[in-house]
Amino acid sequence: MKFVDLDRVSLRYGEDADGTLALHGATLRVATGEFVAVVGPSGCGKSTLMKVVTGLWPPTAGAVIVSGRKVTGPLSIAGMAFQNPTLLPWRTTLANVMLPLEIVQPHCSRLRREWAAYLAKARDLLALVGLKGFEDHFPWQLSGGMQQRASLCRALIHDPSLLMLDEPFASLDMFTREELWLALQDLWLAREPTVILVTHDLREAVFLADRVLVMSARPGRIIAEREVTLPRPRNLDGTYEPYSVALVHELREHISAARSTAA
Amino acid sequence: MVTADMLDDTPPLRPRKPYLLRRKALRHILPWMVIIGIFVIWEIVVRVFEIEQFVLPAPSAIFASGWEWREPILVNAWQTFMTTVIGFLLAVIVGLLAGIAVGSSSLMYDSFYPALIGFNSIPKVAVVPILVIWFGVGTIPAIITAFLIAFFPILVNVAVGIATVEPELQDVLRALGASRWQVIRKVGLPRSMPYFFASLKVAITFAFVGTIVAETVAANKGIGNLMLVASSRFEVPLAFAGLLVTSVMGIAMYLVCAAAERRMTGWAMRGADAPQAAQG
Repeated sequence: MKFVDLDRVSLRYGEDADGTLALHGATLRVATGEFVAVVGPSGCGKSTLMKVVTGLWPPTAGAVIVSGRKVTGPLSIAGMAFQNPTLLPWRTTLANVMLPLEIVQPHCSRLRREWAAYLAKARDLLALVGLKGFEDHFPWQLSGGMQQRASLCRALIHDPSLLMLDEPFASLDMFTREELWLALQDLWLAREPTVILVTHDLREAVFLADRVLVMSARPGRIIAEREVTLPRPRNLDGTYEPYSVALVHELREHISAARSTAA
Repeated sequence: MVTADMLDDTPPLRPRKPYLLRRKALRHILPWMVIIGIFVIWEIVVRVFEIEQFVLPAPSAIFASGWEWREPILVNAWQTFMTTVIGFLLAVIVGLLAGIAVGSSSLMYDSFYPALIGFNSIPKVAVVPILVIWFGVGTIPAIITAFLIAFFPILVNVAVGIATVEPELQDVLRALGASRWQVIRKVGLPRSMPYFFASLKVAITFAFVGTIVAETVAANKGIGNLMLVASSRFEVPLAFAGLLVTSVMGIAMYLVCAAAERRMTGWAMRGADAPQAAQG
């Protein structure tokens, strides 16, 4: 079953012809519970793709269908995390993680009545990503990696059926990044949301995703896709095994090709 | 190589300095020393150059005069204080509401901003005579002048705080299906609070200026009026005593605003003494 279905979607920023054409004829299908990674040369419209899927930007042409319904405005079923953790500095880690519960139905109206249950849920989620004991710290008291973990928890607290990750680990060092890959894999295996992960990191894409899509240079569209058939749960050593290495190499070539056609 | 078990159980504490040399203590004492220093230098200058009292009275003469006239000063100071506080509170309410309205949409921001700048460029002294025509001489023109002069910085700061919410932060909330009002309430307002409280500190001093200006032009009560009467009688030390009382009230209200700021927006002022945890 297709959960996300983009059919020949184009998006041009601005209203006149000289506005940037970010997407042109992007076609993308993601099945329910699938983990898809989108890679591509920088500036190819990956982030635009995220905004179109979540309904934050209406496409200029083409249709976006999520969960069987045409997207006309912001979805309320999506959880998002960005390269920048964007935690609210006036809230503690716990309060930051619980923010979506104050907005999304049905949690919003139940929150006060079932406060204890929700609190426990948020604490469990934080513990799962290794933030036990930091619930009452403020974001600026956390390291970059810890902030990003909290941001992931915030994206997941309301059990979204669609998780949109826009280069969530790009600003982290390699070791923290790998740790978070494992954390994300655990979260995904436990809850099986549909995930679209935008990334520059091909190893990350191959490690995490069921399917990797390659985007062309701007205006972006999908020019190649590869299934990743590695069994789950995957481990980090696997990323250095011949299968993964060959896959990374192949994706790399697609991207170099996309870049050279652009130049 | 040093292994963990070769180290002491607890890392050493930094030795404490004697009280007066500690940064915190110094910070509390220094402002007082500056103020006393100004008065001392002032007194010396007046005495050494033998400046006439009706040109620049010495601090000693000002304090003496202030003590002598303490009753009228207190009565008029209370009048000025109440006028200012009422004008200031009006400015806070109107500035906050209008700031939210202007900051919440870029259309509103772009449409209202030029008009607001134009309005703020008008010297408020020039407005007082008009207010007198409308409301007569008395407290009301002073309240309105204090309000007019104080509400602008509040409005601008709240509007800017709300208008400059990071787009990604808005996206996080909008992707959850948050309404515009929810985005303002959960992100815009808390985010603009440091701006708001910073503007209060400016606004309260402005409000005093507004009140005194209006009282000087069109009132029969208040510190502004007292100073006008004093200087027309060449009681220059009394006029200076009025100034002094005004600055004391200004500082007091400033401290109240600063305390409110620290209490409400401590998260935005993570100073050296904030606990720094977990790096890494």
